Amino acid sequence: MTAILLPFTSGRVTLKQGGGGRAMRTLIEKLFVRDFAAMSFDGLDVGIDAMDDGAAIRIGDDWLVITTDSHVIHPIVFPGGDIGRLSICGTVNDLAMMGATRVLGLTCSVILEEGFPLDSLEAVQRSMIAACREANAPVVTGDTKVMGRGEIDGLVINTCGIGLTRTLVRDNGLRTGDRIIVTGNIAEHGLAVMAARHGIEFEGDLVSDVAPMNGMIDSILSDAALADAVTAMKDPTRGGVASALHEMAAKSDVGIVLQERSLPMTDAVRSVGELLGIDPLHVANEGKALLGVRADAVDQILAGLREHPLGRNAAVIGTCGAERRGSIILDTGFGRRLLAEPDGEPLPRIC
Amino acid sequence: MNDLQFRDPRQARSMAATLVRLVSETGRKVAVMHVCGSHEQAIAKYGLRSLFPKTLEVIMGPGCPVCVTDLPEVDEGVLIAAQGARIATFGDMLKVPGSVKSLADAQASGAKIDIVYSPRQAVEIARSTTEEVVLFATGFETTAVATAAVILDNPPPNFSVLSAHKYIPPVMEIVAEMPETRIEGFLAAGHAAAITGSAIFEPFVARHKVPVVIAGFEPNDIMAGLVELVELIRAGTPRVVNMFPRCVTRDGNLRAQEQLWRVFRPIGGRWRGIAHVPNGNLRLRDEFAHVDARRRFPIDLTSLWDYAPPALAGQCICGDIMSGIRNPNDCRLFNRECVPESPVGACMVSNEGTCKIWHLYGGVPDLEASA
Repeated sequence: MTAILLPFTSGRVTLKQGGGGRAMRTLIEKLFVRDFAAMSFDGLDVGIDAMDDGAAIRIGDDWLVITTDSHVIHPIVFPGGDIGRLSICGTVNDLAMMGATRVLGLTCSVILEEGFPLDSLEAVQRSMIAACREANAPVVTGDTKVMGRGEIDGLVINTCGIGLTRTLVRDNGLRTGDRIIVTGNIAEHGLAVMAARHGIEFEGDLVSDVAPMNGMIDSILSDAALADAVTAMKDPTRGGVASALHEMAAKSDVGIVLQERSLPMTDAVRSVGELLGIDPLHVANEGKALLGVRADAVDQILAGLREHPLGRNAAVIGTCGAERRGSIILDTGFGRRLLAEPDGEPLPRIC
Repeated sequence: MNDLQFRDPRQARSMAATLVRLVSETGRKVAVMHVCGSHEQAIAKYGLRSLFPKTLEVIMGPGCPVCVTDLPEVDEGVLIAAQGARIATFGDMLKVPGSVKSLADAQASGAKIDIVYSPRQAVEIARSTTEEVVLFATGFETTAVATAAVILDNPPPNFSVLSAHKYIPPVMEIVAEMPETRIEGFLAAGHAAAITGSAIFEPFVARHKVPVVIAGFEPNDIMAGLVELVELIRAGTPRVVNMFPRCVTRDGNLRAQEQLWRVFRPIGGRWRGIAHVPNGNLRLRDEFAHVDARRRFPIDLTSLWDYAPPALAGQCICGDIMSGIRNPNDCRLFNRECVPESPVGACMVSNEGTCKIWHLYGGVPDLEASA
């Protein structure tokens, strides 16, 4: 039982335990997963213990996919989006990562701090509507609470999404020989938010990539031959590409060799990351997906992704193998090293 | 992607081949030491260890200022925070264990801690409040210069400094004199030498008959520095060579040196886990008593001594690791009881610490380079 106490040495929850890395996973595994997983039932093909992007319940020939996400971000408006757009896209994307590209409905639960400006709230609501239209995903029910001043920081939005799919994609299906595709430039959301938060100004654009990916993913999965070649999907949000790939590698029991020089990123991201000493691989994305695909279909899938506006910069970045299962080997062009699994967000509360 | 010449992998491979030849010409295993977390980070980040010959050991010495900050220095910060002052410090310091508590523990029980990226930011915080703001200042001479600059720039009356700054040249003497030492040469940190000048190492080389090469922080800066260092070892011609001339001169930055020594005086003191280092600590001179947190706040370290120190701390070998005698894999706590989530020693806390860097990059850096 000592392991359960490791993250709790101060006896209090720390920000790191929300950072998307190992500390957070330990907290969730030890505290929530074990007992809830015991309440499984027939037809629950992906439950809480899978720690995937959502749950999948078998209904006839389809799976009903359910996911939920709470959104807190400071500042609530950032270059490229705001908390409203984020709260819709985050949930739509979690559904899409399991194959549920057609969204049946979203819930929206808002907790407000007394004194929160109404015009800001209206702006958030407008961008939620715009994102819903983009994703073709209606909000069908909701809830609103107001808490006293200082009891909550401005605004928290929780959304829950349900979708149906015949093509269930997991995050644990990678096999030796599969290629890893990232659907575009990495690290844009996290760095844009950090720059906005700290008032750091850079030359060049640093804009969040927050966007609903269900349309782009559907363009691949709607082709049965291509869908068969997709072995795993995950969106690299908190903890970035590094964290998502570690999870996929560990759950799939493969090692991944990542080519650092193939990673698509803008010059702005590259130089800001270097300036601040932050590895773009550890930075959050909100409009990018990682796909594991069979080697023989990689060119076709890459071409398909690049036809979609969100996938123009898609690139093959790695290969799955048997070396160092569960780990990511980074080929830097100089030599090779293991890629760290982040154990806390480089910054608190990105999304 | 266009490569800067400092980041051209082909040049790196060609220098790696030269290293193999030079080390084999010595006919023995060669161990060299660098004294800078930024060097270790670049080595680890670019996977350079997979390029080094197996017969060349590149050891990180006491090059992590956070790691060598002594327990009582952390205790001082915790005690000042307990008196209600706001502590401004660099992020790495937060989790460093003190005798009883880290600053992060203090923060969780209500202390006000601000993470800053530069001493100037701490001054800005002080200007924006009437509260006492104490800069818990750690770092080597590079950072100490920045602290000196803000002290000389009329900080507001509610600003003071708790100096845990350290000075590198004296600790190199300690390492060179350790009886167990296998170190045949030192790679010195380019940014520190930009301030102190390359000449500061000349007396050291004369005394200990080991070469010192000053190197920058790009992968090929490090490769070129190592080639030069091993060549000097092979030829048996110890001297100081500046391989970072685009930033470092023989005399260094005289204005920065003048500010540094106007504000600070070197005194002897413990470096965590290593030894008492004569002239290794930088403390404020008497004329700056008004900004010295040690004189502004009552600090009674014995008030912490009711608590027993953490039991595992006795098994920590951070000191031997920083002295280059052993490496993290020799420690029975490494990656077991001691991980970044619950560090036992400071080397697992700081991003500049050997254990943290090795933990992040997989422990034994034994991956072969790809063809």
